[in-house]
Amino acid sequence: MYGKGILKGLSVTLKHFIDTYLDDIAWWGKRYYTPEGIARRSSPQGRGIFTIQYPEERRPLPEEFRYLPFLVYDEGPNGEKEIRCTSCGICTKVCPAQCIWIVRTTDPNTGRPVPQPAEFYIDADLCMNCGFCAEYCPFDAIKMDHDFEVASYGRNVYSLEKLLKPASYYAKIRPLNYAREEEARKAKEASKAAKSA
Amino acid sequence: MVDHSELQVPGYEIPPEMQGQVVITTLDRIYNWGRRSSLWPMMFGLACCAIEMIAVQAPRFDLARFGMEVMRPSPRQSDVMIVAGTVTKKMVPAVVRLYNQMPEPKYVVAMGACASSGGPFKAGYNVVAGIDKFIPVDVYIPGCPPTPEALIYGMMKLQEKIDKQSIRQVRWYQKGPDSVQIPVPILGPDLIDPRRAEELKRIAAAQAQTQEG
Amino acid sequence: MATVTAPALDLAARFPQAVRPDTRPGYSGWIVEKDHLLEVATALRDEFGYDLLSSVTGVDYYPDTMEVVYHAYKTTGGPGIVFKVQVPRQDPIEVPSVTPIWAGAEFQEREAWDLLGIRFVGHPDLRRILTWEGFAGHPLRKDWKEPFYEEEAKPYKSRWPDGKFFYAEEKNPFKDNLKFPPDFNPEDWTPDKADALLYASLARYLKSDDELKTDRVIINLGPQHPSTHGVFRAVAVLDGETVVALKPVVGYLHRNHEKIGERNTFLQNMPFTDRLDYFNSMSNNWAYALAVEKLMGIQVPERAEYLRVIMAELSRIQNHLILIGMLLNDLGAYFTPSLYAFEERELILDIFEAASGSRMMCNYHRFGGVVRDIPPEALQKLKGLVYDRLPRKVDEFDRLLTENEILVSRLKGVGKLSAEDAIRYSITGPVLRACGVPYDVRRAEPYGIYDRFDFDVAVRYNGDVYDWYLIRLDEIRQSLRILDQAIRQMPEGPVMSTKPQYQVRVPPGEAYGRIEAPKGELGFYVVSNGKPNPWRYHVRAPSFVNITALEKMCVGNKIADFVVILGAIDIVLGELDR
Repeated sequence: MYGKGILKGLSVTLKHFIDTYLDDIAWWGKRYYTPEGIARRSSPQGRGIFTIQYPEERRPLPEEFRYLPFLVYDEGPNGEKEIRCTSCGICTKVCPAQCIWIVRTTDPNTGRPVPQPAEFYIDADLCMNCGFCAEYCPFDAIKMDHDFEVASYGRNVYSLEKLLKPASYYAKIRPLNYAREEEARKAKEASKAAKSA
Repeated sequence: MVDHSELQVPGYEIPPEMQGQVVITTLDRIYNWGRRSSLWPMMFGLACCAIEMIAVQAPRFDLARFGMEVMRPSPRQSDVMIVAGTVTKKMVPAVVRLYNQMPEPKYVVAMGACASSGGPFKAGYNVVAGIDKFIPVDVYIPGCPPTPEALIYGMMKLQEKIDKQSIRQVRWYQKGPDSVQIPVPILGPDLIDPRRAEELKRIAAAQAQTQEG
Repeated sequence: MATVTAPALDLAARFPQAVRPDTRPGYSGWIVEKDHLLEVATALRDEFGYDLLSSVTGVDYYPDTMEVVYHAYKTTGGPGIVFKVQVPRQDPIEVPSVTPIWAGAEFQEREAWDLLGIRFVGHPDLRRILTWEGFAGHPLRKDWKEPFYEEEAKPYKSRWPDGKFFYAEEKNPFKDNLKFPPDFNPEDWTPDKADALLYASLARYLKSDDELKTDRVIINLGPQHPSTHGVFRAVAVLDGETVVALKPVVGYLHRNHEKIGERNTFLQNMPFTDRLDYFNSMSNNWAYALAVEKLMGIQVPERAEYLRVIMAELSRIQNHLILIGMLLNDLGAYFTPSLYAFEERELILDIFEAASGSRMMCNYHRFGGVVRDIPPEALQKLKGLVYDRLPRKVDEFDRLLTENEILVSRLKGVGKLSAEDAIRYSITGPVLRACGVPYDVRRAEPYGIYDRFDFDVAVRYNGDVYDWYLIRLDEIRQSLRILDQAIRQMPEGPVMSTKPQYQVRVPPGEAYGRIEAPKGELGFYVVSNGKPNPWRYHVRAPSFVNITALEKMCVGNKIADFVVILGAIDIVLGELDR
């Protein structure tokens, strides 16, 4: 019969339409604006309306999600910022877009380099979010951020002040990575202590 | 449904019996509210970012919630140009021509690193180091590519910008040409921006001199 | 596994005067005398059965030699053959064109002319292809420097330890990404002849010889056109509504991957490969990793091999789904199929994001494995998709579209291509298979661990767009079969065979890594000279080679069918223009 194929197709779209309401009824009151609702909609079992209503609802970001890089600092006992970065320059060497600029601090008296960045720039308009800097940083000093709300009215060149974020923030966005790195660091310190003892 | 709270401007006393029945607003407010809620983007993709732009239109993120689902393939019918992707020298004459063809009010969103400044391809010989060298850009969205949420956030930033405009000052109600027209670049031995022709000539002459000397 | 191919035949014995083996360390194959190239190539195709010319490219061995490298394969399977022509590096550099033997060389030779300045004698239409007519210089030559040239190779010294921030523009005399010959004057300069040459090449089609003496018209589609899937332009000569001739004009997204790739270190190229075919970054990563792993001679751990297969097949599924959705958009079925396709794609991208960190630009592969294991939740979700949702959704697409009368009448008989033509034009991927040639790199020359899986090479025989559509559904089903086996068999274990390092040591030599990407055969030709950055980095992009036959497919069809044909070939501009 001519037109059978079209009718068959229409039945598929009709099914999609009905599914929306079936799922709404089955998940009455929990389908929207709740974490389980969002998880349900993004799961292979989800049916019906698929939309996540950003900005009211937010898609849970996986731990490994990467956007722009940031620098981690540890909070000292008196609230001072202990920057982890030693300005070793590995991130500038591995960066494919060459968007990281570091000025190493030199001791004014001796002229020797100090393991601290004097200036640190990332041109966010060059960055390709590849994550190499975070991956190859030996000091866990540079990490990839989850914050994607960075649109602005001008070009974006981030300096040290803008890039610094506390380790607690890092622990919040990447709990598993943070725990793993802390463990490794503690193990290293313990072995060092054992050696010196 | 009209969100009245968005329109309500404080500063006017509304009698209690009239509350809920009238909305007092300024002309600017209602004008901007109308414009910000029906921005029609141009159906215009250049590279990778275009796919995320399509993803924003797709069910997961659904830009229709912002009144921006009407992607117009014709520049004559669109309000905002999302420059989604790398602008190459070969393509930039077409991009500028499209911008010229858009009627006022028109906005430009530079989506992603490439459109903002050339991005990872900036070093390439055929890549324009930022579309803002040719056309005025309203919002820059870093990211490579910006995730769909990042693009939505960028569009919200654009809405904020529109909210701040005033009907008395917008350029399309001023005297002068109806819309901003940009001279279209030409493809020569390299990309020639007609606005910079004099300057280019001068630098090239200086270059020749240093080579001789 | 150090070389591309073990020489399968003794070409030097067959042509003692014309051919000698390539004995440079790390290299393989044969060096053919320039004057005997056509003779040897004809013999290779007709006597030895190397009927599919995969890749043609040039290498600039500055300062002495210019080399043209050919990779040819048999459509019946098995390893390929690589042969080269060496000519002195003095203009004019001339090499005979192999287009009479393999028509698929046409665009690739134009590219070599454009980027390296190698003139192919006997080429039917040797114009610039990626840059524009009038562009100064041949950019891939080693002595050609781009306007933002900083150093020969990354990492740049200006970034560390005294990395004062600056814009690249500040260092250029023109304060922009520009480079003009000294004493250039825009006012004296006459506009370029880019389009004049193009229209001249079409002029012979403009004369109509039928009785009615109807006018023939030239129409331009693109570079901004909703149906061209990006910044693609086609110039068509029409007789009424029928296409008489059609020339694709590409290069509007030419992002200089190869020039940048030669400045990058080997590792830095990995995220750049993501941006070639931006739908399938996972496949691109794999092809590049394969080429460099061949050079380095390293193995990949079992689990990483399985993860690579899983990611590549997921990528194939979402690519084909999007293709079908977008094809239907082009047909006028706004927007239902494409929105359904995007739902499934989002779920697949969630898995990519969980494993690699990014939805589209995955940057997941490393030399010797993959960057990290797949998280357990993502694996759980993957199982849900593969065992339950995706098979259901593919059947749904099938019900929605396959028998639809409008779709059938728009697609059947359109863009018909015979198997012989498809091979002659070096078409690969689903389009070749839909023309009746069961050629799939996963079977023809298995890479990774594809020899372990039980799957069929999907093949259809009509060679029209309807078959191109059907074969995509077939391939999704086969991919699901592979995924099913891969998930069940995947062992536990490490995902990297080497210690992660940002500066890899790559011994000198050449390697050609190729995979069956969703769009066709994706190959990376990498030449190393032992330094941290590749000497030559060439991408054999399936989209680029497949559109060589676009004119052949379109001529005789209506102009409206051009849109359908282009949509069904499945091009992506990032890879086409590179």
